[in-house]
Amino acid sequence: MHYIPHTKEDVEKMLASIGVKTEDEVFAGIPSSLRRKSPLNLHEPMSEWKIIDRLKSISSEMTPSSEKTVFMGAGSYLHNIPSVVPYLVSRSEFTTAYTPYQPEVSQGTLQAIYEYQTFTANLLGMDIANASMYDGATALAEALLMSLRIKKKTSKVAVSKAVNPYYLKVVEAYFEPTEFELVYIPFDENGKTDISKIENTDDIAAFAVQSPNFFGIIEENENISKACEDKGCLFVSCFSEPFAFGLYKPAGLYGADIVCGEGQSMGIPQSFGGPGLGMFCAKEKYMRQMPGRLCGQTLDKDGKRGFVLTISTREQHIRREKATSNICSNQGLCALTSAVFMSCLGKTGLKQIAEINFNNASWLKKKLVELGFEERFKGSSIFNEFVLKAPDGFEKVWKKLSEKKIVCGLPLDKFYEGFENNYLFCVTEAFSKENMENLLENIKKEVSND
Amino acid sequence: MKEINELNLPENFLYTEQHEWAEKGDVVKVGVTDYAQDQLGDIVFVELPEVGDSFEKGDECATLESVKAVSEMYCPVSGEVVEINEALEDEPGLINEDPYEKGWMFKVKVTSADGLMDKAAYLEMLKGA
Amino acid sequence: MINDKLTGLVLDEPLLWEKGSRGRIGISIPEAEVEKAKPDKDLVWEGPDFPELSEVDVVRHFTRLSTWNFGVDTGMYPLGSCTMKYNPKLNEKTASMEGFISSHPLLPDNLCQGTLKLMYELQELLCEITGLDAFTLQPAAGAQGELCGMLVFNAFHKKNGKRRKKIIIPDTAHGTNPASCALCGFEPVGLNSGADGILHPDAVREIMDEDTAGIMITNPNTLGLFEENIKEIAEIVHEKGGLVYCDGANMNAIMGAVSMREIGVDVIHLNLHKTFSTPHGGGGPGAGPVGVIKELEEFLPVPRVEKNGDKFILNSDFPLSIGKLHAFHGNYGVLIKAYTYILSMGKDLFDVSTKAVLNANYIKENLKDVFHLPYDRPCMHECVFTDENFEEYKVSTLDIAKRLLDFGFHPPTIYFPLVVHGAIMIEPTESESKEEIDRFIEVMKQIAREAKENPDILHNAPANAKVKRLDETLAARKPKLKG
Repeated sequence: MHYIPHTKEDVEKMLASIGVKTEDEVFAGIPSSLRRKSPLNLHEPMSEWKIIDRLKSISSEMTPSSEKTVFMGAGSYLHNIPSVVPYLVSRSEFTTAYTPYQPEVSQGTLQAIYEYQTFTANLLGMDIANASMYDGATALAEALLMSLRIKKKTSKVAVSKAVNPYYLKVVEAYFEPTEFELVYIPFDENGKTDISKIENTDDIAAFAVQSPNFFGIIEENENISKACEDKGCLFVSCFSEPFAFGLYKPAGLYGADIVCGEGQSMGIPQSFGGPGLGMFCAKEKYMRQMPGRLCGQTLDKDGKRGFVLTISTREQHIRREKATSNICSNQGLCALTSAVFMSCLGKTGLKQIAEINFNNASWLKKKLVELGFEERFKGSSIFNEFVLKAPDGFEKVWKKLSEKKIVCGLPLDKFYEGFENNYLFCVTEAFSKENMENLLENIKKEVSND
Repeated sequence: MKEINELNLPENFLYTEQHEWAEKGDVVKVGVTDYAQDQLGDIVFVELPEVGDSFEKGDECATLESVKAVSEMYCPVSGEVVEINEALEDEPGLINEDPYEKGWMFKVKVTSADGLMDKAAYLEMLKGA
Repeated sequence: MINDKLTGLVLDEPLLWEKGSRGRIGISIPEAEVEKAKPDKDLVWEGPDFPELSEVDVVRHFTRLSTWNFGVDTGMYPLGSCTMKYNPKLNEKTASMEGFISSHPLLPDNLCQGTLKLMYELQELLCEITGLDAFTLQPAAGAQGELCGMLVFNAFHKKNGKRRKKIIIPDTAHGTNPASCALCGFEPVGLNSGADGILHPDAVREIMDEDTAGIMITNPNTLGLFEENIKEIAEIVHEKGGLVYCDGANMNAIMGAVSMREIGVDVIHLNLHKTFSTPHGGGGPGAGPVGVIKELEEFLPVPRVEKNGDKFILNSDFPLSIGKLHAFHGNYGVLIKAYTYILSMGKDLFDVSTKAVLNANYIKENLKDVFHLPYDRPCMHECVFTDENFEEYKVSTLDIAKRLLDFGFHPPTIYFPLVVHGAIMIEPTESESKEEIDRFIEVMKQIAREAKENPDILHNAPANAKVKRLDETLAARKPKLKG
């Protein structure tokens, strides 16, 4: 196998050097009674060429978003990624390095993380960002646990039901073994979190909402912030679509204490949901309660600027069971990817592309309404996702379209009661007018066939 | 690291086995010894108790962080915290530079100060270690 | 003498915010084809402070940054317990095939048969390699795999009627283990290894009780030693109704040599970014699949991939499941790379482990006369030395590590495991040839000579890197985390 460089002669010399005769004797540390009874029941090593054929065949059984027929977001978004992004990120000095524990030979990774932290904090309107979490869902779970560390005397957190339901599942799994309680706050008929319900909820460390929320709606951040202040709890805001902050004010500007979410939209391919990027920001005063790695600026012996991982005493390898999290490996390369992507965007690119998302979504929504769809939540501000109630009997049409590899929004009935025939649509700058017209044409055709 | 004969151990203080010191008296300053700061290395962050907290001797009362380690400080006397050294918030390195004067950590109104060593006993203990 | 003058051209590069100019842009803006919509003006803002750069600016910036890094592709990276083996380029190619890279995680099953098939097959392959019965691919990294395992422990005991409070963790376990336990509400109970560096059944018998959920063992342990008594220890734990978790981060030592199932392991996590050759990316993403015995399968995260005739489906109907640990299916891109690697190696994975162990023992035998070896017994995939021989010259492990950089080697893992004072933990992996290892051994010997003859060379190392040793105290006392 060509990944193993040992020649027969090498092996013989090495065995002689360690004083054993056969290769199997290198396992002298394992008692023979504990050796595996049968050898690995695996195939013969496969050639590169055969593997490419096999993987091509497997991947061809997919419907790629790049065909522009999947009008679904819900936490994973198709955005244009300039060619320079994957090109730069695939430089093996970045990809094949470990965590930068030896800063003298990791300045590339470290400066890039520092720049990522700066981009992220600026994008979300916050003081500081960490070097990344696994994804938006785990970032939210960790943010809630962090709130409980800050508000030591509380035992509950309040979380909006308009947060991505997959994120809520993860939060539930993280909370199950703890003594803490999750309290859900419902959403109202406008698709926004019903802030008034927080008034009767006591003993909470944090109130967490998502904006844009799962329905694509911008939450009333100002009122939420005020409600949190009244309650004396932390304002935690999460997101799954950071492109929205090219247009809309991020929660940091409303005084949020922790802002976290999924950064996949920032230059990272969808890749069946991962690897993505857990973005995590907090107010500076909470720095020592943050989970994950932090990269900081310092000087070398000669007074030259350099970067290191810092405030590490929060982390598992030092504080062990008292650490702020167990996270070790994070999504470093994805953080780098998003830093490259955000460098390409710049302030102007981010704004212009965000506006195209909003324009496309507004246009498609209008056209679907003209086809007989109905707005589920009227009058609320959206970014690039929206919920529509489809004409009666649309389930069959949806299925037929899916057989034609068209995904006409995400059906919401499996998440909430009373959402039969409601669909969450998404359209981004990656879709042309023609792509959207194709969808409309296909819907028209299937509805009339039905 | 300092040799034992290089350590600064004032005569009039009391010491614990965990390398804390306390002044003698009813309301006393407490801190960590020269030996402790030397072992810890550059201290980068100190978490102090709050005024009004009460501790029994031996309770965890503060944490000291160096770049790659965290150490607990155990309260050398029993009593109530009446003042903390706020200067440590911005300059935790004071503990390294001057562990007994500028690097004091907090003041306790003492209810009991039993079981402490004088300098000679503490030095004996260090030599034995 | 081996030459330490390895410098090349190192270009400086400012922070992004220190370059660029308003009005530049590095991305192509799509044509505006539909009418403009009007957002609520109370909700919009002018946008964040992002620098404005041309495409060329961006390319030069990150290319220059990359040259300041050391990766496996730059040279030998014998970082103990991290298995920095070669990352095959084929893996990158398959993982970036359009059907994978551009697939939405919530596609209906009929539109994502490819990704489901790959998951199903990868799970089967990992079962065969470890000997366990079922795998979940959802955990995004090793530490999340540990959390997953602990949640399974918790769910198991809950189902049996009584939650348990404690977990036994040996002193030779990975650093993440106690934190993962604590995250799951367990109290870690320490277990010391014996004078021979491994665990002994009597010590386990003494602390294992019916309030202890189980034990978390790293095997081979972080001293690079195989836990010879693991089967007996597992029996003790099982007798009291507990479970055995194995941190499989060191699986690279024993593929095809040991079946985890046969030695009594109930739950294991693997690090695909270690054993299965996916790149570490300067910190991640990794993947930490978790394998369990049949009796624990019902607790694994959902959705699970199942085969139904010739179709693959996602099934979330497992009422006792611990739920979800990732919004979607974990770090899918990493799974494709590991799958590709396993296809490449097949049954030769046994050869991978054989050569990894051979390389480590070869280093151990050839350096033990020069460096202090605290546990002189046959090692597995890594060996642990200390700086004891150089104490009188005031040369520490850190100095030795930094000096290695000047010769173009990444340092080993240092000061870990904690049970060894001044540890130098070397894991060469199977990727290194005899010539490269011989060169490493020669360099280590030369550094040992320098330590005695001219310790200042070591104290001032590295001489040739982008920066000199950095002031970590300053970084921690006056944190500056943002430009």
